[in-house]
Amino acid sequence: MSDIQKFDRADTRVRADEGLGGAVRGFVDRMRSGDLGVLPVLLGLILIAIVFSSLNPVFMRPANLTNLLFDAAAVGLISLGVVFVLLLGEIDLSIGSMSGVASAILGVLWVNAGVPWPLALLAALAAGAVTGFVYASLLNRFGMPSFVSTLAGLLALLGLQLYLLGNSGSINLPFQSFPIRFGQTMVMPGWLSYLLAVIPGAAIFAFGLQTRTLRAQANLSVPSMSVLIVKAAGLNAIILLAVWYLNQGRGVPAMFVFFVVIVTGMEYVLTRTQFGRSILAVGGNREAARRAGINVKHIRIYCFMMCSAFAAFGGVLAASRLASASRQAGTGDVNLNAIAAAVIGGTSLFGGRGSAWSALLGVLVIQAISNGLTLLNLSSSLRYMILGAVLAIAVIVDSLARQSRASHGRA
Amino acid sequence: MTAADDATPILRLRGVTKRFGAVTALDSIDLDVHRGEVVALVGDNGAGKSTLVKILSGVHAKTEGSIEFMGEEVQIDTPSRAIELGISTVFQDLALCENLDVVANLFLGQEVNPWRLNEIEMEVRAWKLLGELAARIPSVREPIASLSGGQRQTVAICRSLLLEPEIIMLDEPTAALGVAQTAEVLNLVERVRDRGHGVILISHNMDDVRAVADRIVVLRLGRNNGTFGPEATHEELVAAITGGADNSVSRRARKSEAVPASAEGGEGA
Repeated sequence: MSDIQKFDRADTRVRADEGLGGAVRGFVDRMRSGDLGVLPVLLGLILIAIVFSSLNPVFMRPANLTNLLFDAAAVGLISLGVVFVLLLGEIDLSIGSMSGVASAILGVLWVNAGVPWPLALLAALAAGAVTGFVYASLLNRFGMPSFVSTLAGLLALLGLQLYLLGNSGSINLPFQSFPIRFGQTMVMPGWLSYLLAVIPGAAIFAFGLQTRTLRAQANLSVPSMSVLIVKAAGLNAIILLAVWYLNQGRGVPAMFVFFVVIVTGMEYVLTRTQFGRSILAVGGNREAARRAGINVKHIRIYCFMMCSAFAAFGGVLAASRLASASRQAGTGDVNLNAIAAAVIGGTSLFGGRGSAWSALLGVLVIQAISNGLTLLNLSSSLRYMILGAVLAIAVIVDSLARQSRASHGRA
Repeated sequence: MTAADDATPILRLRGVTKRFGAVTALDSIDLDVHRGEVVALVGDNGAGKSTLVKILSGVHAKTEGSIEFMGEEVQIDTPSRAIELGISTVFQDLALCENLDVVANLFLGQEVNPWRLNEIEMEVRAWKLLGELAARIPSVREPIASLSGGQRQTVAICRSLLLEPEIIMLDEPTAALGVAQTAEVLNLVERVRDRGHGVILISHNMDDVRAVADRIVVLRLGRNNGTFGPEATHEELVAAITGGADNSVSRRARKSEAVPASAEGGEGA
């Protein structure tokens, strides 16, 4: 039935990229025009692996990678939150302090006041949501740039953290409790980790088949079967290999799996719901979004609330990881690591472009560098300088890719 | 134009005034739009056409005056209120999100199935709508940033039709279009009118205006400056727009007296 014209193949000026060859051609075109996607991140990860493992073979050992993933989950969750704010073209500079406040709330309520930990966690999340609401309201009511309001928040929240912790300075969390085991030792059982490893590929394949059927019924062009199979099988192979390698050591951290599940959920929200579409629209052209009937103020409120709440959740995970709530929690490089992770992963600082995956990919890069530098016994002074340079490079790549996209007529 | 409810205009503006600080952009504007009628709004730059469009679409708030929609006085204070009422607008600056693709822009704010976007249904409806317009959009999955000016205009017009509005306002819809596309847009304007919608068309192109308009309302320096029928000559319109030529001024005076006295009769004549 090839003589029936597909809706989206009617225009002869469009090159129909069919099959594997077409997919490769489309990919090369996108790279050339500055639509880089995940490519820089993957290259960066490979480069990091080569450099650090040649300097210290411990880097690539399974046990160290497991350790790396444990560390990545907390910062990753904070980074996931900041993606929502970056997509609007805003920024939150207080996520580090927010995570510190959250860990202090957890310590004070759970250990000092004897509140069950799930309630303490909820209180921390609520504190985050309130903070985000305040930032969004300052922006909505007074037009206060988020850069300034969150900078003020950074200091105010740090003060709150010190106030909550009082004279003691740090609170140790009970070692045998669930949160601490979750943060320090809990790994997926072998069989479960392999089972979970197949799910992404299987899901891509199943949804791909469904899309093919529905598109065919709707008289639209159908994505190629071979591309779908290669994608699904390739993803499965990579994840299975990674899981197998990690299982040679301690295994896959439950906390990291938890993080990936949340990232997947948020990716769904961003790409497949009206809410996510509205966020991208506000980030792309605020006035157009407003005229389309989108309530820009509400979108801002939700995004800032999610950002701070995720920062609080990340802070709780970080406290679990360290088994303590201390004055140092959330200070130092936490703030910039989280923002850098989102940008390195491909979320634009200029708004309107990005994904939840960027938090996952970016945090792997940041943690890998951080971990590698620690293994080399470099002092934190050098680590900060190197991470600062990495962030600068990531932003330069973002800016250059943006200019290139503009000149090639891509968003 | 014989049905009884045609007597009540869909949209009736009385004494609408808009001031930006010391500047009076619109001064006591009156305007009626009936069912199945194309009203062209013409005027020189700075005449207040775009300001009027922005008031009716909820982008700006009016300073004074009353707006009646379907016989009831309404406050159009937000864009979403205008959309709710059924006033759809194609802005001069198009108001599209360059980072989103054509389908996403068409359905922005009106997505099919908000919690599990039905991309396939949206794509099919997008193609059908673009087909009706004979629009030359190569792919609906390209971001708006990759489209030409004319293609963007087409997308913006399609977007306004998606909601089956009572009134559609087009701010300079043909300015950036090619010959064939201009004809298609004018055909479309007539098709929309024949379906019983009201159309407000803003254009600098007098040929386009006279081709489709049932009435031509001239604005000059923020004031009503006469109403003409489609048979008005180019010179008459230009005179009214620029405020020159004495004979046109006198004729304008006769017209603007005749029109309110017999609102419907005046048109058929």
